[in-house]
Amino acid sequence: MIYFELFWSFLQVGLFSLGGGYAAIPLIQSQVVESRGWITLEEFTNLITISEMTPGPIAVNSATFVGMHIAGLPGAIFATLGCIFPSLLIVSALFFLYAKLKENAVMQKVLGALRPAVVALIAGAGIEILLLVIFGGEAKVLQNVQWVSCILFAVAFFVLRKWKANPILVMCACGLGNLLAQSAIQYWS
Amino acid sequence: MKGKEKAALLCKLFLSTLYISAFTFGGGFVIVTFMKRKFVDQYHWIDEDEMLDITALAQSSPGAIAVNAAILVGWKVAGFFGMVVSVLGTVLPPMVILSVISLIYQKFAQNTYVKFVLAGMQAGVAAVILDVVCSLGGKVLSEKQWVYYAVMILAFIATFFLDVNVVYIILAAAAVGIVQALVAKRRRCGK
Repeated sequence: MIYFELFWSFLQVGLFSLGGGYAAIPLIQSQVVESRGWITLEEFTNLITISEMTPGPIAVNSATFVGMHIAGLPGAIFATLGCIFPSLLIVSALFFLYAKLKENAVMQKVLGALRPAVVALIAGAGIEILLLVIFGGEAKVLQNVQWVSCILFAVAFFVLRKWKANPILVMCACGLGNLLAQSAIQYWS
Repeated sequence: MKGKEKAALLCKLFLSTLYISAFTFGGGFVIVTFMKRKFVDQYHWIDEDEMLDITALAQSSPGAIAVNAAILVGWKVAGFFGMVVSVLGTVLPPMVILSVISLIYQKFAQNTYVKFVLAGMQAGVAAVILDVVCSLGGKVLSEKQWVYYAVMILAFIATFFLDVNVVYIILAAAAVGIVQALVAKRRRCGK
């Protein structure tokens, strides 16, 4: 049955993708393109592009897209359920362990050492996005610098630090700002 | 908690996760930073340390980080039903958006104006993440423990310059904590 196949394929994606985001891409590709042949490699590439431009995890986005493509809305629902099912079990179990062991002396030291590492990981992800913004995904040389984006970033960062502005509003304002600026640049040149 | 209060809490949790998920472009770390702004700074449901623990757990478990973080936040804030509504809130927006896009996707990706808006939003995302890094990093620095400074610097080098798998970084940091605990125990026994 196609619904079960979708569930099962995406369950494997959910279970074996460690490290999130880009780590899931090769797994999804091997499931939906290579072993099942549900979509072509070209469609898969488009899917990854769309996933990067829309909200939500790549795994959930792919599950919905492939499910819709193969078996309509029920297909999308079964594929997504498969993709989050392993997390529901494993992460819930971890939560109970965490709640129980939080006051334990060894656990406190472990958590204490994990926190600075997590800050560093978030910093790394943030700087990678910042580089993408500065150079527009091109080679990292001066003539590729996207000045409008740099200014938007600097203003957004300042507003967030200084006035603790609503981050989603700041993001939407940046999107609108870039649309206006780029349209103006296009118009004048 | 009374029934009515609980229902109100669940409703608030659902709407928050729905809102965060609908507007969060980019990977799992992005959504975690938005959750921190909402649940730690605004609602005070979770404290800063717990949010970092949740991030570490979500990151080191299989599956999407955003979904994992939603499960943990849900359990923490309102138990089993909290987990259910928080996962639903996180999963619904991408499902709806991707369902619609799967019907019109070629035109969407090639539209110049769509590209402009998305490129601008990326600049905003970078600012939000680095703002959260400054707050969280400041807290770690204020603890004045050289081991933590070292962990933070080494983890950054490993993830940013060496592209080490995140799971290994988390495991290595956990090992540092275990060694610290053993050393502390030894000292206590020695006295």
